[in-house]
Amino acid sequence: MSKYKKEPVKLVPVPSPNIIPERDIDKTPILEVSHLGIDFGGLTAVDDFNMAIGRTEIAGLIGPNGAGKTTVFNLLTKVYQPTRGTIMLDGRDTAGMNTIQVNKMGIARTFQNIRLFKDLTVLDNVLIGLHNEMDYHLPSAVLRLPSYWRAERIAKERALELLSIFDMQDMAYAKAGSLPYGAQRRLEIVRALGTNPALLLLDEPAAGMNPSETAELMENISKIRDTFQIAIMLIEHDMNLVMGICEGICVLNYGKVIAKGSPEDIQASPQVIEAYLGKKKEDN
Amino acid sequence: MSLVISQLINGLQSGSIYALVALGYSMVYGIIMLLNFAHGDIIMVGAYVAWLAMVHLALSPILAIILAIIACTLLGVIIEKVAYTPLRSSPRLSLLITAIGISFLLENLAQLIFKADAKRVPPLITGPSINIAGQYVDFTAIITIVVSVISMILLTFLVRKTKMGKAMRAVSEDMVTAQLMGINLNSTISFTFAVGSALAGIGSILYCCTYPQASPTMGSMLGLKAFVAAVLGGIGSLPGAMIGGFCIGLAEAFVSAVGLSVWKDGVVFAILIIVLIFKPTGILGKVINEKV
Amino acid sequence: MKNNEKIIPMPLRYLINIVLFVVFLLVMNNLIVSGTIPKYYAGVISFIGVNIILAVSLNIATGYLGQLPLGHAGFMAIGAYTSALIMKAASGSATIFPFALIAGGLIAALFGLIIGIPALRLKGDYLAILTLGFGEIIRVILLNIDNVLGFTLTNGAAGLQKIPKTTNFLITFIMVGITCYVIHTMMKSRHGRAILSIRENEIASESCGINTTYYKTLGFVVSAFFAGIAGGLYAGNIGILSPSAFNFMKSIEILVMVVLGGMGSMFGSVLSATVLTALPEALRRFEDYRMVVYSLVLVIVMIFKPSGLMGTYDFSLNGLLDKLILKFRGNHTEKGAMPQEKKGEAAVRKKEGKLK
Repeated sequence: MSKYKKEPVKLVPVPSPNIIPERDIDKTPILEVSHLGIDFGGLTAVDDFNMAIGRTEIAGLIGPNGAGKTTVFNLLTKVYQPTRGTIMLDGRDTAGMNTIQVNKMGIARTFQNIRLFKDLTVLDNVLIGLHNEMDYHLPSAVLRLPSYWRAERIAKERALELLSIFDMQDMAYAKAGSLPYGAQRRLEIVRALGTNPALLLLDEPAAGMNPSETAELMENISKIRDTFQIAIMLIEHDMNLVMGICEGICVLNYGKVIAKGSPEDIQASPQVIEAYLGKKKEDN
Repeated sequence: MSLVISQLINGLQSGSIYALVALGYSMVYGIIMLLNFAHGDIIMVGAYVAWLAMVHLALSPILAIILAIIACTLLGVIIEKVAYTPLRSSPRLSLLITAIGISFLLENLAQLIFKADAKRVPPLITGPSINIAGQYVDFTAIITIVVSVISMILLTFLVRKTKMGKAMRAVSEDMVTAQLMGINLNSTISFTFAVGSALAGIGSILYCCTYPQASPTMGSMLGLKAFVAAVLGGIGSLPGAMIGGFCIGLAEAFVSAVGLSVWKDGVVFAILIIVLIFKPTGILGKVINEKV
Repeated sequence: MKNNEKIIPMPLRYLINIVLFVVFLLVMNNLIVSGTIPKYYAGVISFIGVNIILAVSLNIATGYLGQLPLGHAGFMAIGAYTSALIMKAASGSATIFPFALIAGGLIAALFGLIIGIPALRLKGDYLAILTLGFGEIIRVILLNIDNVLGFTLTNGAAGLQKIPKTTNFLITFIMVGITCYVIHTMMKSRHGRAILSIRENEIASESCGINTTYYKTLGFVVSAFFAGIAGGLYAGNIGILSPSAFNFMKSIEILVMVVLGGMGSMFGSVLSATVLTALPEALRRFEDYRMVVYSLVLVIVMIFKPSGLMGTYDFSLNGLLDKLILKFRGNHTEKGAMPQEKKGEAAVRKKEGKLK
């Protein structure tokens, strides 16, 4: 389906019931989540979630609708504060931090229901992602000092460079809201990359895309990982995409992890087949 | 001691009017998430209708009261149909600005038609003072409190026990799903406005019993304070609106009692700001989170 | 759609605008000083300037930040009383005036900070209510503070009289120019983009690492600062201040200017502030109908064109010049030799066209 050929990866256990790719084993995992859980008024949405992600891993988070996948993303990015458990980012505990602080520490994300700055241009969207990369102060901006011009010029170049990953530099001055659906999803990824993340969370990046767009997206996700040397975690329902590019996969059902492993392990796991993939195979 | 009791009665009297008006704010907010700025001005229209009916049409007080309540109810529904329905899918900011516009339109139209000076409304309800625990209490005060309490009980019954009440609660919970369940959105929202405005009409009559005047801007300060009451109690919550109304009424009465009546308005808004800072959802309000 | 190709280089773009603005100032000032424009109309023009500052400053909070503060007149009142009191104390010294003006702005900004920090934690409607309450409290304080202090400061309902009239057309419009310049340059920077991103989508903005609380407060404080400046100019123009001039009605009047012009369009704010100040003067006979028409227009605009007359469109003289130059050049260049950026634009058009 895709031109991109995935290298076989050996997953090795790290302390705690987690696995990461062998090549990342010497370094601290970028993300180490243990016993993470959240309750919404007595209802447990996520419980005892454990996961580690290697520094250059592409990890998948799958599960049936309502399994708690987006909730996990919201917990990682502190949109919700967890009720239980710890989130270690690059070996540092993120307890008590907010969305802004974890972003500055290196987590960037996209949203399932696209959240672009719709009335602004594509370029402005990316420049907002690059906000913390620019360092001039308000007086320099008002007085239009050289530091303003320099930072703005560098940021604009960087933004166009990031847009070129998806070949979107020609759309820089179009309104973000006027882009086709697929391009909006891609722009969200570019904006997230602007914040210079170490871990990129993609919430259903291929939703609403046709097969050829999805294939292109798969290549680009791998390309992003290779160029930026960052970890990527994605939620996706498209099994071709997940099995095609993810190295470690975590399966969630009713807020609990039911299986974890390489794509091959997951496809062979009886629990997963029962909860999720079994149905999918019948369809095929 | 007698001063305390008389101030308490004063507080309860104005508090019950605030509560009636606050209920209208809360009901409308609960159902379409709109702060209906025009609500206070409906009271003003009610007062002018009562004045017109009694002074120009020489109708009996009872007829004037009925006419005023009907006029308020109709006005509320018309405002909803003309100004708010076209904006139901627009950003909240547009709806809020429209509400402010309607409020100003009513005030300025009244000023244009009736001129700025206050009109004296003849007594609508009269009766002997009543002796309670050695203290003579004005008849209108008793009537105001009794009528308000009865209205609130009826409203609670309406919302809790009737089919229409169930529809109202369903729409305020989830507009789209309620429609899928076969609830007529337009008629439910109109009904809510009608009930809220009828309560404002009753409030208007009770207000005129205490302060027998009609002026173009009478509704704005009364409306603002009732609105503070609704926020204080937790906007969207009916028992909250009642509690908030009585709190504001009593707070005002006691500020006046200690000789600071010029600061009355300031105190009301200070209470509002303090409540918003420490408990933004009010006494009984619920927190609503945006889904990410 | 706005042309994004910048042919005229940056410093020149600023220079063109500054030169034209200075020429406008000098010409108008000459007409007023020489008496070609009668004194009365010169006064009206100064009020237009004050209202422009009020509208563009409220536009920061409403148009750019997407909030709905209803207490803008409160900030104006603070600025007006502060600078009026300073000017009275300095018995109208012209050298003190700029400091009095800035002091008014700073005190207003301080109040903006005090009220903004709690208010901006609240969402939409609650912020509107809180600022409304704030505006009313300021008015009540101005009315009654003397009783508490025991000496005459604001002079209650009678208000401050005989404030030295130190402003004129030139000073007012220099302030208009500075205000528009500062707001424009702020909005076209990372700070301005951060403010816009909050209006567009606050959650996404936070996920981009933008400290939304900080930028909301910044927008609010800058908005209050310029409202304070406008208040100071108002005091210097009119010479009399009373609390009733800064009621809820005044806040709404400013809001109407912003909404009518188009939330988020500085050009729209300037235009509607000008028209809505000049028109009632031209139609003095219909004074009674003014507020009725105001409110009707507000409702009608909201129902039929909620984005305001100008939407978020901003007029740019240089943009216009660019277009003209392009057009001129377009006629003289061959097809193959189109500028690089023009191609990019054509590609955008093509891609946008696909949508339809």
